[in-house]
Amino acid sequence: MTYKEKVALRKAFNDIPGTYVLTPEHSQKGYGLNMFCMSLNKEENRAKFRENEAEYLKGYKLTDEQRDAILSRDYLRCLQLGGNIYYVFKIAIFDRRSMQYVGGKMSGVTEEEFRDMMLSGGRSIIGNRSKEEKNG
Amino acid sequence: MAKIVGGIGCSHVPAVGAASDFGKTKDSYWTPLFDALPKARKWINDLRPDVVILVYNDHASAFSLELIPTFAIGTADLFKPADEGYGPRDVPDVKGHSALAWHIAESCILDEFDLTIANHMDVDHGCTVPLTVFFDQPEEWPVKVIPLCVNVIQFPPPTANRCFNLGQAIQRAVESFPEDLRVVVAGTGGMSHQLQGERAGVVNTEFDLTYLDNLIDNNEVNRKMSHLEFIREAGSEGIEMVMWQIMRGSLDDQVEEKFRKYHVASSNTAFGIICLENKTV
Repeated sequence: MTYKEKVALRKAFNDIPGTYVLTPEHSQKGYGLNMFCMSLNKEENRAKFRENEAEYLKGYKLTDEQRDAILSRDYLRCLQLGGNIYYVFKIAIFDRRSMQYVGGKMSGVTEEEFRDMMLSGGRSIIGNRSKEEKNG
Repeated sequence: MAKIVGGIGCSHVPAVGAASDFGKTKDSYWTPLFDALPKARKWINDLRPDVVILVYNDHASAFSLELIPTFAIGTADLFKPADEGYGPRDVPDVKGHSALAWHIAESCILDEFDLTIANHMDVDHGCTVPLTVFFDQPEEWPVKVIPLCVNVIQFPPPTANRCFNLGQAIQRAVESFPEDLRVVVAGTGGMSHQLQGERAGVVNTEFDLTYLDNLIDNNEVNRKMSHLEFIREAGSEGIEMVMWQIMRGSLDDQVEEKFRKYHVASSNTAFGIICLENKTV
């Protein structure tokens, strides 16, 4: 793949509404944030985070914005700041929140509304393929 | 000689494992899916498999952004269920088949598919949920399992075509192994779903059903599909369906469909399972 093709692919990804692909650029931006989330796989780390969240976060290389997004459980902001959903979801697991709660929060509806949407066939792909299609 | 006796494509939704673990399979939310499974389980049982090569992706459990193998094959004799943040799933340990796994690794690498060799790897829901789907709740899993992990989280994952070709190399490796083993290859993940962002919850039933149909007699379309098309049409996590191509590649050109179930939705995901066998001439 040439550099030019890569740029075209990024442009195409950016045209998909409400979607944050973990590209190399995204991954570099979110490395510290994602690795913090990864640390929550270990019970001893969960205990430390539970004890003092802000203190625990000092052990990770995070921007102020990333730290705020984690502390305020702003999942969408976490994604925008380089997070990947499988990593960011570990914060929700820590809080005993479901994936449907997280899906609802990111898309501006309640957990129940999100669950109902999924039961009635999910979010339609029609109108959601591209920003142009969505906004036009 | 070892022989590939069947292929399975199957979603690995964590909530399906949780429904089984916490006794919810008779709840009305879950019966449309779980009531369909006995038929698939019977087909698998009747195949009398000794080994399942289970293709899945790790979800920030054994691997993190620290180290991202595109393909990693588990060569150990034992794999423990991973702690994904809830504590490990209360399911049996996964027993490996070290000799066959090492043979596949050696054969594929010399066949120019450079697999990463994992002698220690905890297995997450990607591996253990399909085992629940196939085998329900036994004391011990009734087969040995060779976990084959594929990176589909960090872009770029391998292409669908690369996965298909790896499947063919796995078929060559397995079918040259001298022990009489009956092997099933399972490609897991999908179907259409997007967990993240404002577009979370996307499902594309038309895409999924076409993908299933094409697995049988028009798989060229599936294997040539670009990452962009998977992500746009089937959701950012729908790209997991590239892993089904490893399963499809490990079968012959001509296959027969033995079972299929498609259900929307399991948690945030369109659930699909399809069981295939090589067509007998």
